[in-house]
Amino acid sequence: MTTMTLAHLNDTSEDVTQRPPLVLGDNDFASITEKVCSAVEMTRTPKIWWVLFGISSSVMTMLLALIGYLFYTGVGVWGVNNPVGWGFAIVNFVFWVGIGHAGTLISAILYLFRQKWRTGINRFAEAMTIFAVICALVFPGIHVGRVWMVWFLFPIPDQQLWMWPNFRSPLLWDVFAVGTYFTVSLLFWYMGLLPDIATLRDRAKTKLRETVYGVFALGWRSSNRHWSRYERAYLILAALATPLVLSVHSVVSFDFAVSQLPGWHTTIFPPYFVAGAIFSGFAMVVFLAAIARKIYGLQEIITLRHLENMNKIILATGSMVGYAYGMEFFIAWYGGNPYESFAFASRAFGPYWWAYWIMVSCNVICPQLYWFKKIRTSVPAMMVIAFFVNVGMWFERFVITVTSLSADFLPSSWDMYWPTWVDVCTLIGSFGLFFTLFLLFIRWLPMVAMAEVKSIMPQAHAHGHSTGSAAGMAPSKPKIAEVVG
Amino acid sequence: MSDQAPKKFAGYLVEFETPHDIMVAATSVRDAGFTRWDTHTPFPVHGLDHAMGLRGTALPWIVMLMGVTGCAVGLGLQWWTNAHNYQFVVSGKPFFSIPATIPVTFELTILFSAIGAFLGMILLNGFPRWHHPVFSSERFRRATQDRFFLSVEAEDPLCEEDKTGEFLRSLGGSHLEKMEV
Repeated sequence: MTTMTLAHLNDTSEDVTQRPPLVLGDNDFASITEKVCSAVEMTRTPKIWWVLFGISSSVMTMLLALIGYLFYTGVGVWGVNNPVGWGFAIVNFVFWVGIGHAGTLISAILYLFRQKWRTGINRFAEAMTIFAVICALVFPGIHVGRVWMVWFLFPIPDQQLWMWPNFRSPLLWDVFAVGTYFTVSLLFWYMGLLPDIATLRDRAKTKLRETVYGVFALGWRSSNRHWSRYERAYLILAALATPLVLSVHSVVSFDFAVSQLPGWHTTIFPPYFVAGAIFSGFAMVVFLAAIARKIYGLQEIITLRHLENMNKIILATGSMVGYAYGMEFFIAWYGGNPYESFAFASRAFGPYWWAYWIMVSCNVICPQLYWFKKIRTSVPAMMVIAFFVNVGMWFERFVITVTSLSADFLPSSWDMYWPTWVDVCTLIGSFGLFFTLFLLFIRWLPMVAMAEVKSIMPQAHAHGHSTGSAAGMAPSKPKIAEVVG
Repeated sequence: MSDQAPKKFAGYLVEFETPHDIMVAATSVRDAGFTRWDTHTPFPVHGLDHAMGLRGTALPWIVMLMGVTGCAVGLGLQWWTNAHNYQFVVSGKPFFSIPATIPVTFELTILFSAIGAFLGMILLNGFPRWHHPVFSSERFRRATQDRFFLSVEAEDPLCEEDKTGEFLRSLGGSHLEKMEV
């Protein structure tokens, strides 16, 4: 029995003569609804959920406490110093924004490319995007020093000074890029959720559930007149989110690339940051999906093929990132600028050599294991690799931010940067925030886009053609027995 | 509460089991000339728009209008704040130049367009609307799960309580009921 189940769940065949089914097993519309909703409707929350929630909410509480400590005492509690004004806060910000990119790539770009397999994982990944961007937004917010002046990030008229923010600075572009990214992701996510919240409303057993889900469903009644506009809006949002997702990490990279600092002032940054963002984002999706599908028994919907496809994307983007690392070095040498070549030599062999080599081993070497089919279809192996990819990508941001700042042009202004315990615990705390939000999401909202999965099942195809009149298409059989009411 | 006022006939609801069946039925209802009717499916059934004779939506125009507005707001905001209302020199850069304003202009264009697409869909669909005759049916709860429904509202000029019932019964659904509110 066990082997049979395993065989039926393995859909990673490379046989090109037949198209593999997108949803495995003997599922129909009712069983898909049942399987996805059961995670939300179960009366007894699984023990493992409580354990994970207990851990992550405690870690999140630590984050809140440390932010309180930071506000009370000042940024001196961090390790930032004179040359290295951007410490962990900016490293974490860039890391978390990057994580979010996989969600938008799956929901928007794969939608435009008609990759129907995306329906199994898009809800999940979009949720991850939103929570990652929330984690990211925490850091610039708390990093400004005088937090009571944080509103000055936005062009809000001020009665005393009558000044405006500087729009010629990439830091302000970032506010608009990440703010837009968060808003658009949230709209896209909520719109996708609308039909599924209505499903939960219609299945609700208690008045309270029905009311709460009912309010958020906005009165969705699955009308085709509504679906028609809904699908159009979905397509437009996908078309808008596609350039947006490519722009967000490009603009984040401008924070570095527009400056004059050796190691930052390079034109390769925008594509290199976007590839790295997608790379780390997919690693996070694989990691979370591998756990959630197991706990909630969704292996027939989030299949091994989904995970394998994502691993292939990790392999591709990981190789791009590796290429960018190599190209940076080549240009540093070929460009002949002594400061630039020093910056790169110092990255690999200077005082932060260990961070550089952690980055290279995790990001360049590790994903190359995915060339082997056995590895990219093994759940334990991919979880280990996904973990290392995220470690590596965090270190990439550390290497870029810290090495360039700590040793620039004049040796007299150099200094080393070391994080304090507050820095380290704030980073850990941001994971607590992320996982708390994620666990709340899988407990209260459907983690698979049910309506979308149903629409790609073979049963969803209406065989009749709608152009003619009804005459040529007899209904399958007249069935009405009675009129009720 | 429900026994206070006599219930009023609000239309018919026919249930179907497959997308094919509802497609065929929708074509018949369209050809019969009904106007206040709808189909309800758990997911968008492709081809149903045509089967129902739906026209295109104005949504793309709303999005374009919002996009152009966002673009103008982006450029205008940057010019007015940094080059007009409060001029200040930073690194000898010009007060206003197109290249430096592109990122914010681009983001605001996307932001406004996306809000236009979302709110446009919500408003054109008449949301939020928490009350509708179809919700009076207990079976209709499956419209968001695994069943396909066709509803004809009593307000439709062609809808007559007896005759329309007969017509809808001939469409081959698995269940027919009256909606009452």
